[in-house]
Amino acid sequence: MSQAQTQSLEGYNFAYLDEQTKRMIRRAILKAVAIPGYQVPFGSREMPLPYGWGTGGIQVTAGVIGADDTLKVIDQGADDTTNAVSIRRFFARTTGVSTTERTEDATIIQTRHRIPERALSEGQILVYQVPIPEALRWLEPRETETRKMHALEEYGVMHVKLYEDIARFGRIATAYDYPVVVNDRYLMRPSPIPKFDNPKMDNMPALQLFGAGREKRIYAIPPYTKVKSLDFDDHPFEIQKWDDCCALCGAKDSYLDEVVMDDEGGRMFVCSDTDYCEDRRVEGHIGPMGTPQAAE
Amino acid sequence: MYVAVKGGEKAIENAHGLLAEERRGDTSIPELTISQIKTQMTLAVDRVMTEGSLYDRDLAALAIKQARGDLVEAIFLLRAFRTTLPRFATSEPIDTGAMHVRRRISATFKDLPGGQVLGPTFDYTHRLLDFSLMDDGNETEAQQDMSFEPGESLPRVTSILNHEGLIQQEHPDADDAAVPDLTREPLDFPAGRAVRLQNLARGDEGFLLALGYSSQRGYGNNHPFAGEIRMGEVEVEIVPEDLGFPVVIGEMTVTECEQVNQFKGSAVEPPQFTRGYGLAFGHSERKAMAMALVDRSLRSAELGEEVENPAQDEEFVLYHSDNVEASGFVQHLKLPHYVDFQGELEMVRNLRAEQQQMNFLKAGE
Repeated sequence: MSQAQTQSLEGYNFAYLDEQTKRMIRRAILKAVAIPGYQVPFGSREMPLPYGWGTGGIQVTAGVIGADDTLKVIDQGADDTTNAVSIRRFFARTTGVSTTERTEDATIIQTRHRIPERALSEGQILVYQVPIPEALRWLEPRETETRKMHALEEYGVMHVKLYEDIARFGRIATAYDYPVVVNDRYLMRPSPIPKFDNPKMDNMPALQLFGAGREKRIYAIPPYTKVKSLDFDDHPFEIQKWDDCCALCGAKDSYLDEVVMDDEGGRMFVCSDTDYCEDRRVEGHIGPMGTPQAAE
Repeated sequence: MYVAVKGGEKAIENAHGLLAEERRGDTSIPELTISQIKTQMTLAVDRVMTEGSLYDRDLAALAIKQARGDLVEAIFLLRAFRTTLPRFATSEPIDTGAMHVRRRISATFKDLPGGQVLGPTFDYTHRLLDFSLMDDGNETEAQQDMSFEPGESLPRVTSILNHEGLIQQEHPDADDAAVPDLTREPLDFPAGRAVRLQNLARGDEGFLLALGYSSQRGYGNNHPFAGEIRMGEVEVEIVPEDLGFPVVIGEMTVTECEQVNQFKGSAVEPPQFTRGYGLAFGHSERKAMAMALVDRSLRSAELGEEVENPAQDEEFVLYHSDNVEASGFVQHLKLPHYVDFQGELEMVRNLRAEQQQMNFLKAGE
């Protein structure tokens, strides 16, 4: 650690936060791991990045990162989105750890809005940036009420909400931040990942940590924990599907972003997970609009 | 040919460069100095120190300069610096009764011991643009010394009312009671008055102003009188562990507002006057008054009043008062959301397709 400290930003501690604060965060994480899906209040600090930009995820990452870690940061699945670049640089400057864009090489992956397509493995930590941690918030604005509802496992309102969707639209009209129940106990908000990613949370070998800075909450899913997306017997949970494949790598099994090509309705679909797409192209997969990898 | 957007890092660097250029502006005009901001933009400095929760005029001035005059951004800069500072002591309560007063007014008594002292106030200025300020170096000569030297002590208006037992009693915490720190502990409800006042002191002036105003207009039925507003310098003392007695570590300027509110009594309290309290760094009168109004509104529950309006609602007020939090969350909408939006697109397309099919089937019937 001392070696890494000499490489990190002058005048600041390793990973920016002081050791006492990191200890406080690690305590909250331990409690969160012990009670899967339960939101642990923590003394969230004011970070040098704005609230809403991932201050919760950044604090969690700062709490667990060590000098020999390899960090990957994604936003919308991509390593090169501006905020992912900014957060990666923040940790590169304040810790000196090595960073990567390769999912399999990372020991810590901080993410906003996606879970990587490539299955994560034991020993990896996935850190989610969370805007609103409370699954019941849009049904009940008061924290004093929602805490009671969790304590009593009183989740009927959420089922009623999903039922009303079905009654009105014929389907559950939630495309992202789709509610799950963790370890058969706590209703949890998976952060605004598309419901496409929900099944990846279930029984995941990696540790999943969630940080909400502005709302001052940390929660967790330990490795190999049951995570169930809410549904009904006659309306089972289902994920998004596309008629198209990725235009660059031809993948049919990945979450696709829609790219508008012109103002006459022209569009193409590409993998949101840039590392996954890149890997496939290196392996020789070519989509309808892709070019052989050697040309790039 | 579509090429995935790359080069976020370069774009960020360029944005920083452009920002620095915009901040400096026309280089043929001398650069603004920290001491100019500190001594001539004093009320901006006061606001940034108050909501930034850090009493440091130099750093506040630096933040204002760096933020190009955007005070909420400057408050954010100061807060992000403050969070890295160690807490080495908790001060003794400041004694505003012993304040070196530069302004002191009461709206409840025509005259009172120590008198009314207007001090440097905008209150009775006519808001006419002073075009003589347009030209540089055209300053009026230094005026004679008009500073006010209080000849006698200035008892607080609330303590005058207290003699008659007409005003609600305030009971100080035990000397050894721990002082909560909002910046180290997450909010919990009920929050308690100390945490509430900390939150309001850091709260956005505009937000508190609007809430306080709403309570005056009937959303909460506040009937306030400005019992007393005083502004001036107070000493800050700490008790070092190895000494065991208080020592003065510095002086700061504060504005204090004690509001006196009509109260007809409730099931739990007799008819009396009740209090609302506001305190802000520097000369921040609007902030201190708005804070006092909201503080009083938030005491509804303990006084047995119905809690039915925004200004009385502890969770509503405390969760939404912080402009660094609010500004961040409102503006995070600028960040990419295209993964979520793609999910919504798919959803809306499916719903529309299903509706069209239903309409088609109905038309065929």
